[in-house]
Amino acid sequence: MRVILALAVLILGSTGGEIAITHGMKTTREPARLRPLALLRFLGRAVQNGWFWAGVPLMALSFYSLLVLLSWEPISLVIPASALSYVVGTFGAKYLLGEQVSALRWAGVVLVCAGVALVAAG
Amino acid sequence: MASERRLRIKTLLMVLAMVVCANVGDLMLKRGMSRIGAVQLTASGLAEAFRLTVTNGTIWIGIFFLTGFMLSYMTVLSWADYSYVMPAGAFGYALLTLLAVIFLHESVSPRRWVGVVLICVGVLLVGQTKPRTTALASEAVA
Repeated sequence: MRVILALAVLILGSTGGEIAITHGMKTTREPARLRPLALLRFLGRAVQNGWFWAGVPLMALSFYSLLVLLSWEPISLVIPASALSYVVGTFGAKYLLGEQVSALRWAGVVLVCAGVALVAAG
Repeated sequence: MASERRLRIKTLLMVLAMVVCANVGDLMLKRGMSRIGAVQLTASGLAEAFRLTVTNGTIWIGIFFLTGFMLSYMTVLSWADYSYVMPAGAFGYALLTLLAVIFLHESVSPRRWVGVVLICVGVLLVGQTKPRTTALASEAVA
């Protein structure tokens, strides 16, 4: 039971946090070029974005949940189970971020989710 | 068309940077947490685990690489879809298996090979879709 609870915190925390951060980065304006100075300026703009700071605590919560889970269970159980976040995250991208998830992309996501579960299961 | 190609190339480069940083970071975290041992879910147990993690050098190396992952992740998400970047990043699991076979001569179970093939096909399918399907809030500035 405690494993399922920690896993739910891990998946919902990471996808929720990543979706908030994606929204923040989309409104931040991308770096003009991939050079250190432009990236620093980008980072400076990104940390002034409220959505970024909404995402960080969710990701931190998810990260701590991962550390706790890794201390209880082998990595070969924790990572396959957390592979569900690929599907959860894609639903979030479609309904919260308004991204167009084509049938081709869905097929890819489902294969990746199953593949990650199998690889991590060993 | 040229800009579409450029978008694809820079997206793939950033995904590669993400994958390398995330794999090294996770490996270091796992190594550090194994030394710390099982965390007890009590107030004192969590406090003790917190004290042990922040004083562990291996954990900090892991955090350094995960910070690099976070930066490349934030950058790529400023122009590409979350539903494109997230599955594409799973390529790391396939890469890790191939590296383990080539350099560490590890034996890999058939189940794991099936997983590697599924990930590669999945990432190829996602890679066929457009990296960005939403409008940008504003144009890039220096």
